[in-house]
Amino acid sequence: MVATSPAAPAPPGVPAPSPGPVRVAQTWLHRTVWARLAALLALPLTWLVLIYLVPLALLFVTALWSTDSFTGLVVRELTFENYRDIFTEPAFLLTVLRTVVVAATVTVLCALIALPMGFFMSRVASPRWRPLLLALVLTPLWAAYLVKVYAWRTILSPSGPAADVLGWFGLSAPGYGLGAVVLVLTYLWLPYMVLPVHTALSAMPESLVDAAADLGARPWRTFRDVMLPVIWPALVAGSIFTFSLSLGDYITVQLVGGTRQMLGNVVYQNFSVNLPFAAAMATLPVVVMVGYLLAVRRTGALENL
Amino acid sequence: MTLTRPVKWLFGAFMTLGLAFIYVPLAVVVLNSFNASTTFAWPPTQLTLRWWQAAFANEGVRTALWTSVQLAALATLVALVLGTLAAMALTRYDFFGRDVVSLLFVLPIALPGIVTGIALNNVFTSYLGGLTFATLVIGHATFCIVVVINNAAARLRRTAPSLEEASMDLGATRARTFRLVTLPALRSALFAGGLLAFGLSFDEIIVTTFTAGPGVQTLPLWIFQNLFRPNQAPIVNAVAAFLVLVSIVPIYLANRLSGGAALAAQR
Repeated sequence: MVATSPAAPAPPGVPAPSPGPVRVAQTWLHRTVWARLAALLALPLTWLVLIYLVPLALLFVTALWSTDSFTGLVVRELTFENYRDIFTEPAFLLTVLRTVVVAATVTVLCALIALPMGFFMSRVASPRWRPLLLALVLTPLWAAYLVKVYAWRTILSPSGPAADVLGWFGLSAPGYGLGAVVLVLTYLWLPYMVLPVHTALSAMPESLVDAAADLGARPWRTFRDVMLPVIWPALVAGSIFTFSLSLGDYITVQLVGGTRQMLGNVVYQNFSVNLPFAAAMATLPVVVMVGYLLAVRRTGALENL
Repeated sequence: MTLTRPVKWLFGAFMTLGLAFIYVPLAVVVLNSFNASTTFAWPPTQLTLRWWQAAFANEGVRTALWTSVQLAALATLVALVLGTLAAMALTRYDFFGRDVVSLLFVLPIALPGIVTGIALNNVFTSYLGGLTFATLVIGHATFCIVVVINNAAARLRRTAPSLEEASMDLGATRARTFRLVTLPALRSALFAGGLLAFGLSFDEIIVTTFTAGPGVQTLPLWIFQNLFRPNQAPIVNAVAAFLVLVSIVPIYLANRLSGGAALAAQR
């Protein structure tokens, strides 16, 4: 599309009709690559900058302001008070650490479940069943988030099915708490991990695996040295979602977390009373995620999103 | 790869367990919506359709459902227009900073919803005069654009630009080429992207909480506000079950209309 065709010369003897303004504009646009690019990018880029990047930048600015404890109004003066509070107050620091540990655990669990499932769906199951299995795994993605959390709240409630079933074996139900949060978040984000892993495994040529086997590699070795490097970008792509979605979640924590809190809860509770502090708290996942995105850019994971 | 029979069985068993893990909670919700006991004694001893009737008759539920549909439709529309433009720029042109621009477009779904939510809330309430239904649409459209870009860009990378060049060599203007060549090639990808955007918006609650104006209630917001009211629990159950059953519709649509393209597309 970058190549431009030269305008056809007018046939001799016939006076060239003078082109209308629309035609002139079209010709100019056709010949000017940067103008076309600008026309395409103008709207989406303006939207992205004005509605996303500017507010994001203002969030970082607001994080450096403070709230007057008497009037409750935002004081627009530069201070590092909020960050000092977060990093010196053990309760906040613990919440941040707990959030990162939960998000990392959820990501690892999703990967551990998604690998064998994706492997079965793409390589072991008979080809006739594969589309159905994929549909079965993906359908819950469309079921409402809140409904799924609510389902687990019902299941894990003190008189719910989990308590019942575990009761038959003489066990007591774990109930609400951090374990429940990890369980429910793993449940919620699992399809986000299964999907890229399945896609990568389906696209991997069978000959690669065969070659490894022919050269005497045992299944584990084949997995570790041949399959894992191929599907690594897909795993990383999935992890971006599982990790990020877990980092910011506060509703699951509210519904099944018992008395436990995560970073999102602190942001939610503070945003109407102490906006600068909530903003400072909310910048932490931004820094973590942008760092993560930059770190994994080379794996090619971002093309797998 | 040749796997021994027991190993295959092992993977099969794991898959079955995985699917059970996925579907048991959804089944519990659906079953509970027919549970005649008001305290939801488990297992249910008697079944009833009463809660479903009550949910359908509920004014709040119906208003919220309509708000959610309008919101998702508007956000999807904005996302389709902006996403198609961005996808064409990112795939058909090579320009300085293209990688950075694509990374920036991914940010709204790569960053937690609470970040988008509080950043927009801060700007709308502190500088732009408050929250309305429009601010909610803007918030949703921002994260919906990405899924349209991803779907459209994937398709554009697979369709050779030579088709478009041929069209223009034959004298078609750019507008005509877009209408007759590019758009038909993109149609199913845009359908898949639009479907995903609609689903994403319909279901969203975190950005919604931070950007919805006073009095604006989407279906997820309605559920959340009634979740802790014991006397509303039967209706919440029925609405939840309704949403579980409705989630089959987009998968069905995607299969029928685009030959499974939406299934392979990522959210």
